[in-house]
Amino acid sequence: MKTRFAGTDTYVATDDLMMAVNAAVNLARPLLVKGEPGTGKTQLAEEIAKALDRPLICWHIKSTSKAQQGLYEYDAVARLRDSQLGDERVHDIANYIVKGKLWEAFDSELQPVLLIDEIDKADIEFPNDLLLELDRMEFFVYETQRRVVAKHRPIMVITSNNEKELPDAFLRRCFFHYIRFPDKATMERIVDVHFPGLKKRLLRDALEVFFDLREVPGLKKKPSTSELLDWIKLLLAEDIPREALRSDAPRTAIPPLHGALLKNEQDVHLFERLIFMNRRDAR
Amino acid sequence: MLVEFFHKLRNARIPVSVTEYLAMLEGLQLHVAGCSAEEFYYLSRVTLVKDEKYFDRFDKVFSAHFEGLEEWFEQLFGDIPEEWLAKQAELLLSDEEKRKIKTSGGWEALMKTLRDRLQEQTDRHQGGSKWIGTAGTSPYGAYGFNPEGVRIGQDRSRNHRAVKVWDRREYRNLDDNVSLGTRNLKLALRPLRRFARQGALEELDLDDTIRATARNAGLLDIKMIPQRHNAVKVLLFLDVGGSMDIHVRTCEELFSAARSEFKHLEYFYFHNFLYDFVWRDNLRRRSEQITLMEIINTYGRDHKVIIVGDASMSPYEISMPGGGIEYWNEEAGAVWASRLLAAYPYAVWLNPVAESSWRYTQSIQMTQALMKDRMFPLTLKGLEDGINALKQSVN
Repeated sequence: MKTRFAGTDTYVATDDLMMAVNAAVNLARPLLVKGEPGTGKTQLAEEIAKALDRPLICWHIKSTSKAQQGLYEYDAVARLRDSQLGDERVHDIANYIVKGKLWEAFDSELQPVLLIDEIDKADIEFPNDLLLELDRMEFFVYETQRRVVAKHRPIMVITSNNEKELPDAFLRRCFFHYIRFPDKATMERIVDVHFPGLKKRLLRDALEVFFDLREVPGLKKKPSTSELLDWIKLLLAEDIPREALRSDAPRTAIPPLHGALLKNEQDVHLFERLIFMNRRDAR
Repeated sequence: MLVEFFHKLRNARIPVSVTEYLAMLEGLQLHVAGCSAEEFYYLSRVTLVKDEKYFDRFDKVFSAHFEGLEEWFEQLFGDIPEEWLAKQAELLLSDEEKRKIKTSGGWEALMKTLRDRLQEQTDRHQGGSKWIGTAGTSPYGAYGFNPEGVRIGQDRSRNHRAVKVWDRREYRNLDDNVSLGTRNLKLALRPLRRFARQGALEELDLDDTIRATARNAGLLDIKMIPQRHNAVKVLLFLDVGGSMDIHVRTCEELFSAARSEFKHLEYFYFHNFLYDFVWRDNLRRRSEQITLMEIINTYGRDHKVIIVGDASMSPYEISMPGGGIEYWNEEAGAVWASRLLAAYPYAVWLNPVAESSWRYTQSIQMTQALMKDRMFPLTLKGLEDGINALKQSVN
């Protein structure tokens, strides 16, 4: 049985991305996805789940997340309270074991897609604590002396923003894919998927402005795909005429609604200064 | 054939292990990749390479191996890295050339000649070696190279040395909402954290509560403890303006990381070297100054001191009274530095200038000696070393 992922009607997957997903699904390895922010890393898991018709379980990692939380937690406080009230439940410790996301995924009747989002946010030891669970797809609950084994090996998608180096032992167990920033052709397809009715010429003008803007040196946060999509949505909503984007005087006009593209005050300042300088030079 | 490919990857220092190699073979066996070379390339990359920084190397090995090129190895490591080339171009002058340029006379002679020349000069001048202007080797004027140069009318210092700033400039406040790159710095600063429980009882101490409750024959006995706080206290001194302009980005990031990492952080700005006073707000630097003595009297000895600066200046600025470029300082910078070090034995100096070029700048060596060798480059590695050094007292 071979599963094939080929993107969906709302997600454009490049050839290498498709290969990465197919390899990870068929060889049952977790897929580690990195890439610039806003290139659709988290989106990928959702789309895989949709395309393969599997349930999606998301585990969003925070700096305080512990690997144990993904397996289970023992709610000692609830048990203490129940013991004070003389509740009958207190005699069975299993009542106070709270399932984590990983356990949830292991229990799923249908092979699920498990997203571990932004794994680099957690403590440096976090990935190491999950090695055995990722390898064997099982873990042991000490409180109830019970072994939990996955019914189906979940399809795992792990995203990282590169804020921390991940340990080698962990990397060895994963497949790795880096989502490159899409080139113009791919970008056109992406926009087309999101705004099917968009006029070709408006799109071309918008993309030109967008890629020009990415070229501006010194930007702290370059606009990415998600910003472009937001911007186009705004352009459409405001009904900006195509002429406003015309680049007959390139780099001398501030594109309309640029707030959607530049998210940093200093970037906006820098950009305005550059425009001003270009305008002065052009004169 | 593939074993050879695997070995070539290892030789190119891409960390591939047998596990990954087997995973790739498994993929081939399961026909995840079809017959096209492209699919095989994607499959091998997704299974073998675990970091985007190796992608380029992988591509080179792949193309060399599958096109039967022999000299791939030389190609891989024989190339001159682009960064290195760029740096060379930046330097403009070789060290030998730098050494050739003799420093002219002493301090007094320098000031006197300048005064004279200012009177003499009537029109704009470029090049040459005597007149004040641009791009020459005379010690006066801007955009040229002379280690003892006096800066006149230049918005960015090029060779990091100037004895007096004629043109009064505004300096940018180091900004603390940069989010890029600060993350690594934060992690590097983290070892300095020292947690202590102080203050009001706010948190439920679960372990102690359970223990007390058990001892209390099952009747609930709640125990509280204060929250854990980072108890380390830091004084941060930042050099701004002049030669620091090119390091502004790095310093912003460090500042931003330090702001979020340390709860007790006091920061001050100075220019080039520490003298009688520092300031907190660059826009009001001339009106709201804080004397260094006041700082020493206000903040206790347990504060850690981090000084960030390139220490690139005229040696006079450290060793001579009146050498400061801002105003006439009664006591030499060196006196103030050792005073600060005596007050705060836990101190380091972080220098954004690359460590390899420290030995070419006399003032850096002087500062290094003043700081008792506790100067570290402002890189992740240097920061880690510096943080470790901060845990020990100077004496």
